[in-house]
Amino acid sequence: MLLVCVAPVVTFFCAFWLLPIARLLALPAEKGWEMYFVVLTNSKYLMSLLNTLLLSVLVTLLTLIVGGGVGIFLARTEFLGRRLLISLLTLPLSFPGVIVGFFIILLGGRQGTIANFADDMGWGRWTFAYGFLGLFLAYLYFSLPRAISSYTAAAESMNSSLEEVARSLGASRLQVIRDVWIPELAPATLACGAIVFATAMGAFGTAFTLASKFEVLPISIYNEFTNYANFSLAASLSIALGLVTSLTLALARRWSNDPVIG
Amino acid sequence: MKSNIRQSPILLLLTILVSLFIICPALLSITSGLEENYSKGWKSGFTLRWLRDVWSNYGNTVTASIAIALCCVIGNVLLGVTGAYALARSKSKLSIWFEELLTLPVAVPGLATALALILAYGQVREFRQSFAFVLVGHMIFTLPFMVRTVAASFRRQELIALEEASATLGAGFIQRFFSILVPAALPAILSGSLMVFTLSIGEFNLTWMLHTPLTRTLPVGLADSYASMRIEIGSAYTMVFFIVVLPLLWLMQFVASLADKKYGT
Repeated sequence: MLLVCVAPVVTFFCAFWLLPIARLLALPAEKGWEMYFVVLTNSKYLMSLLNTLLLSVLVTLLTLIVGGGVGIFLARTEFLGRRLLISLLTLPLSFPGVIVGFFIILLGGRQGTIANFADDMGWGRWTFAYGFLGLFLAYLYFSLPRAISSYTAAAESMNSSLEEVARSLGASRLQVIRDVWIPELAPATLACGAIVFATAMGAFGTAFTLASKFEVLPISIYNEFTNYANFSLAASLSIALGLVTSLTLALARRWSNDPVIG
Repeated sequence: MKSNIRQSPILLLLTILVSLFIICPALLSITSGLEENYSKGWKSGFTLRWLRDVWSNYGNTVTASIAIALCCVIGNVLLGVTGAYALARSKSKLSIWFEELLTLPVAVPGLATALALILAYGQVREFRQSFAFVLVGHMIFTLPFMVRTVAASFRRQELIALEEASATLGAGFIQRFFSILVPAALPAILSGSLMVFTLSIGEFNLTWMLHTPLTRTLPVGLADSYASMRIEIGSAYTMVFFIVVLPLLWLMQFVASLADKKYGT
């Protein structure tokens, strides 16, 4: 009976994911084994991989620091509209990446609010949307809500007596952060950091909307596939990217109790 | 938790800055979709003209997205609920493996899944050019959210006991499934469905690769309008996305809190 129940979902999953992915994995081999390592051997793709890694690492670090601070604040402070603020701050989790890219264009694009403002002030038109800074802010935008929501939850269940004791014994603020906050929030930090990093590595819509001069790996894959019809190269690059994201998330499951990721 | 620890003013400042950073662009995109001229601001006057333009250019993407999301939910309920039951009751190693495999489409970037689907089925023209192609991608991506949520609910100890009791009283499998298991797992099915629906409505990474000019969804239309239309139209279109998605998110929170009250945590 169990077999009958599970048969449809197994068939569907094999037909539309497992077999196609197996084909994708085998495709670069047709062009020779060295095709699998093109992301490391070709300087153009290596650059794109390093760009993506750099961007994702920086975004993850800043997201964890800022998200941690905001989460601790929201978990401990009672004020009117706190619930509403938390739900507003986590709303962007459901926005597609293209919308986040558009937000950055609205702020820092050629006709952006900040460009207009700077122009009115006589400073010239500031545009930051299409370079590294724009991409960085956009990635920060879609990463922060995740960090805020997990840190708020983690900090709500944090034991505050530990901190009170530390303070009454004369610990400075930095000591409290180092010896109480960081160890207590370590599980949330590891799990959330891995998810934020993997999401940043694989994000496509945001970079696509910004048409950034700073090329990231998902954009390289897209260009190879769509503009140059270079299928085995695109397959090889997406295998490399998939390895990075799924290994990171595999590490995250050890620390997280998210029903899907964990 | 309330505590008597004094709040640091730095954290207060940080929270205010982050709130502005997250909320302002969303508000900006709503107001600029209603202004006559974006670069002149609200002084140029308000208009519904951009929303009308969005509706005439992209109205079909809104209905297509909602239809796909609904089909995605129905498909995943049909495949996922029975599948989740089997995975929850099976003790074999193979089923644990399969449950792990199911989550891989979430761990692997959407681009890779989309490429794989195109390489495998791109030649089947009827399929490639229909909405079914996009739907299949969405179902693969959202399936683990349904299966794992519902399986967790089927694994509850009291439900196992209830099922055994009804089996010893002579209830057949079909009867047990529909009169005990499904009602008991209903909150999980509902919250899984809402999650699947929201993910499907906002999905872009896969859909951009899988769509054709005749099978566009809301996020695909958004990307198109950002690249080729006036900034006011892009803003108005973004507002349409909010109008579709926000009620869903509230509903999701409402269902979650309802289930929380009924079953505890």
